[in-house]
Amino acid sequence: MAIVRHIAKRPEVGVFRPASSDGVRFGSAALVAPAALFLLITFVYPVGLLLLRSLSFPVWGIQNYAAIVHESLYLRVLANTVVISGVVTLLTLALGYPYAYLMATGSPSVQRLMAFVVLVPFWTSILVRTYAWLVLLQRRGLVNRALEWSGLIAEPLDLVHNRIGVYIGMTQILLPFMVFPLFAVMSRIDRGYLQAAANLGAPPARAFIRVFLPLSLPGVIAGVLLVFILALGYYITPALLGGPGDIMIAQLIQQQIGEFGEWGIGAALAAILLVGTVLLSAVLNRFLKLDRIWGGQA
Amino acid sequence: MNRAVGAAVPAPERPPLARKIDPGRALLTLFCVGVGIFLILPIFIVIPISFSSAQFLQFPPPGWSLQWYQSFFSNHAWINALKTSALVAVPTTILATALGTAAALALIRSTFPGSGLINAVLMAPLIVPVIIAACGIFAVFRFWGLIGTYSGLILAHTALAIPFVVVTVSASLRTVDRRLEQAARGLGASSLVAFRRITLPLILPGVLSGALFALVTSLDEVIVSLFISTAQVRPLAVQMWSDVRGAIDPTIAAISTMLFGFSLVLLLLVSLLRRSSR
Repeated sequence: MAIVRHIAKRPEVGVFRPASSDGVRFGSAALVAPAALFLLITFVYPVGLLLLRSLSFPVWGIQNYAAIVHESLYLRVLANTVVISGVVTLLTLALGYPYAYLMATGSPSVQRLMAFVVLVPFWTSILVRTYAWLVLLQRRGLVNRALEWSGLIAEPLDLVHNRIGVYIGMTQILLPFMVFPLFAVMSRIDRGYLQAAANLGAPPARAFIRVFLPLSLPGVIAGVLLVFILALGYYITPALLGGPGDIMIAQLIQQQIGEFGEWGIGAALAAILLVGTVLLSAVLNRFLKLDRIWGGQA
Repeated sequence: MNRAVGAAVPAPERPPLARKIDPGRALLTLFCVGVGIFLILPIFIVIPISFSSAQFLQFPPPGWSLQWYQSFFSNHAWINALKTSALVAVPTTILATALGTAAALALIRSTFPGSGLINAVLMAPLIVPVIIAACGIFAVFRFWGLIGTYSGLILAHTALAIPFVVVTVSASLRTVDRRLEQAARGLGASSLVAFRRITLPLILPGVLSGALFALVTSLDEVIVSLFISTAQVRPLAVQMWSDVRGAIDPTIAAISTMLFGFSLVLLLLVSLLRRSSR
């Protein structure tokens, strides 16, 4: 939504207004109307109707929200969702920040190689990546065999169908979404500032902490918000790599609606997830234009 | 330590390099190699498994064979799923690219009342978690009789793919100098001709990468398809999902390898398109 505001503010270069500006407006409306109507009918209307059901199913009232607040199982799933998303966000930041730093400060060929390494998983289907982790992390999988061979462990570890599996899988799948915004911000930091800090006598570590780190903060905030938002609604990876104790809100919604036909509870959970997502997205929009992620240097 | 090595072995031909190696940077590089392996190894590990001659999952494979590819191509359910995916993905790509490109043209070229709201509608599928869309679409499509139909899958996938096309085409439209098209108009070309002869060739790389995005969106989509498909009309991603949930069958590794090869080709295409648009 911020994109258009951003564009609208741009002064038009060398505007040559055709005879009738009403004609242009009409033309634009005719161009945008099909896509907008299409999405209104196939997307906005269904989602709106679902949200309405949280208040109308089986009868009108807030009973579904009250049930969620009073049922410890639902609250535990909500807490799970926040904890898993938070941990995954921190893990992607810990891995992604140094990676983006080296990428932003490396030579063009290093940059290309590192971008390729991030883009390959980004373009590979989530199912394929999750399957690969299932293969690697199972009890007789490659990771356990390597650990046993190295003598670090005597018995295979349980790395999948539990929280560890969810963390590993989601961190790998969401890592590109941390690296892209970090790199976008870091590559625009003027190296001259670091040089100036060095000239004034700051050792590299100090120059990094006092100069580079603060300048990269917008990228950190954008990456953290983006990964957290995406993690909140994750379904496939926790469902395949997690155990019964690691159910996240998306799985609960699927279960309530798809398996139990509990449209009211499912819709109320969906409303909670959507409100969280939209609020965080609004904050994200202040730091990062969506097209930077999807259309930028990717 | 680097300095010591440099002093012990005088390398007159490359002294600046010896001085440039900095232990902090070396450590950082090592860390990033680890991150790179974490990102990419899990995908590559699937390739040798898909060519394994073992009867079950084993690594390293005891020998090589094409049995898992054979098991894919000789299985009716998989072939049907592949056909369904193609029959859904191609119309989705065409529809989403046409609708999304037109919308991007309007949004970039002019301001009109309510354009902020319209943009919010166009971007909604990027923001709303897919599980919410899936439940909503399931309810409405059931009422409209679209469950288990190709048209249902095409409509839902197109909705999810439109924002990717809008974003990619908008990005490339912003780099086009409007005066070129206006010059053509000034020289007497009609607006349609000016668009077709001047603007469209300039934004074509953006339109094509938008189309690839739409194609990948449709092929990889699991959650909405899971809700609105049936055993008869079931795309590849859903078939894979139910198989992965059951057992870790190496047939999945064969499919994964083929899908991975396909994504690599698409990734190369997109980067070529990006380069040609510069």
